Amino acid sequence: MDGANWNYSDKVKEHFFHPKNILEIDEKEYNADGMGYVGSPACGDMMKIFIKVKDDRIADLKWQTFGCASAIGSTSMLSVMVTENGGMSLDEAWKLTPEMIIDKLGGLPPNKIHCSVLGDKALREAIKDHFKRTGQEDRIAHDDKSRIICNCMNVTEDDIRMEVLEGVKDLKTLQERTKLGTACGKCIDTAKILVDFYVGKYYTEEIYTGNKK
Amino acid sequence: MIYLDNSATTPLHPKVKEVIRDALDLFGNPSSMHSSGRQVRAILKESRKDIADFFNCSPDEIIFTAGASEANNTVLKSSTTCCAFCSDNRGHIITSNIEHPSVLNTLKCLENQHVEVTRIKVNNRGLVDPADVEAAIRPDTVMISIMYVNNEIGTIQPIQEIAEIAKKHNISMHTDAVQAVGKIPIDLQKLPVDFLSMSGHKIYAPKGIGILYKRKTAKNICPLITGGHQENSMRAGTENTLGIIALGEAIRQCKIEMEDNKKRIGQLRDKLENGIKQNLDHVIVNGDPAKRTNNITNISFMNIEGESILLRLDMHGIAVSTGSACSTGSLEPSYVITALEVDPEIAHSSIRFSLSRETTEEDIDKTIEAVTETVTFFRKMSPIV
Repeated sequence: MDGANWNYSDKVKEHFFHPKNILEIDEKEYNADGMGYVGSPACGDMMKIFIKVKDDRIADLKWQTFGCASAIGSTSMLSVMVTENGGMSLDEAWKLTPEMIIDKLGGLPPNKIHCSVLGDKALREAIKDHFKRTGQEDRIAHDDKSRIICNCMNVTEDDIRMEVLEGVKDLKTLQERTKLGTACGKCIDTAKILVDFYVGKYYTEEIYTGNKK
Repeated sequence: MIYLDNSATTPLHPKVKEVIRDALDLFGNPSSMHSSGRQVRAILKESRKDIADFFNCSPDEIIFTAGASEANNTVLKSSTTCCAFCSDNRGHIITSNIEHPSVLNTLKCLENQHVEVTRIKVNNRGLVDPADVEAAIRPDTVMISIMYVNNEIGTIQPIQEIAEIAKKHNISMHTDAVQAVGKIPIDLQKLPVDFLSMSGHKIYAPKGIGILYKRKTAKNICPLITGGHQENSMRAGTENTLGIIALGEAIRQCKIEMEDNKKRIGQLRDKLENGIKQNLDHVIVNGDPAKRTNNITNISFMNIEGESILLRLDMHGIAVSTGSACSTGSLEPSYVITALEVDPEIAHSSIRFSLSRETTEEDIDKTIEAVTETVTFFRKMSPIV
């Protein structure tokens, strides 16, 4: 119940009070070409994005959320960014980062950055879904084929693999770096197995350690 | 502005404003012997006496502090260690898992200094079972500290029963009564607590003034702030004279208005709750619906997030608070709502409405309307059906 961090920019407020591109009709009726979904209400935020694709561009985007003002403001801004001027190409949209959205919003309070990453993650999931539906699996970047392990913080198996490659050797350090398992904690057991697995793989198998006999 | 966040703080009572204005030129130090000091000393004495009357205790059992956080710190820290240089007397403290942070974090700090703490879990309606408290007592238990009324859900703990258990086992009993004073009558001749904390700014006095009540027969404690002999050497520092004068008046007004306020505010709270339930589905009232003070209702609006509700109500000119994680700046939602053994999303969706003597029927009508609009607005964009 602390009000110290509610210094939202006017842009955030504008999008929060008048969010653009909300899906107000039934999902089926909208008939999306791709749907992406990240987060969970238990963690306090959840985001669902629906896209329509035409000529490999995002022709339309609609979204729904269980989320705070930052999540609403940033996803509303995202929806405008990817659909304006004839729509972004799927490749461009794939590369959209939270920083680009936050920049357009005129900043977010530091402890609210976490809430703004849901939008672009859900967008990538939606594009992925579209690729799958249209037999373009090859366009799904390698590092994104990975399954999500921590739903709350959106940490994928591949994120864990990369962290281990960068030197993480235990769950505690992984949590410090990724915040994995710090909200609902349901993924901790799985994450522990994965850390041990990749540590085993990269730090003992000879092809990775260079200790060939 | 419709202000429904009175459990956070209240506006000044008009009579309190008056006495503050009248006292602005009374700058004397109550410890001084000259007339300027004596004059202030006399007014403080009057305040102290009226406050003692209200609680049915003796004036020298009242220690003025900067607020309840200081009072809580004083009791908890000095019941286990005399001071930073004294290592005697460490023991075991029993508390609940829904106390105010000024109790929970103080105890966490004491745990690092080898004090052991048992936190009694409340039931799913937010109530402590006195039997659980008794079962937790150990030979080295030095203190039981349970809040009288919870600040988020308004539940009233069975303090009478718990205090009697403490007395039976000869253990010091403390209650943080910040949210109880002015809401329910407290008679310290009947309620056998050794220590009680309260804060002025929840009962229409200014911030920065509060009370630690210490029964004459209570075990000796050391002051948290040492120095001069003020407050019977229990709290050093020149008195917050304006604060004490204001608090005295706030308590006098409590005495006059409490029963009427209780009834009127209770009716308005019920109207708000019923109005919301009538207009909206999937709303959950958190905490025991009967054993709570009349000024609070804590409601979860399922499938939508609390911070969003709060900010949209703010746009409607209505001030409330929420237990959602986004409002705390952490990723954890309210520990009080989570302690009710509900799904975390219920905590993320919770809103506290706390009424005051100034709340009107029109305020409540407007609030029901604004809440209905707000919740409907966010539910339309919620992915959860």
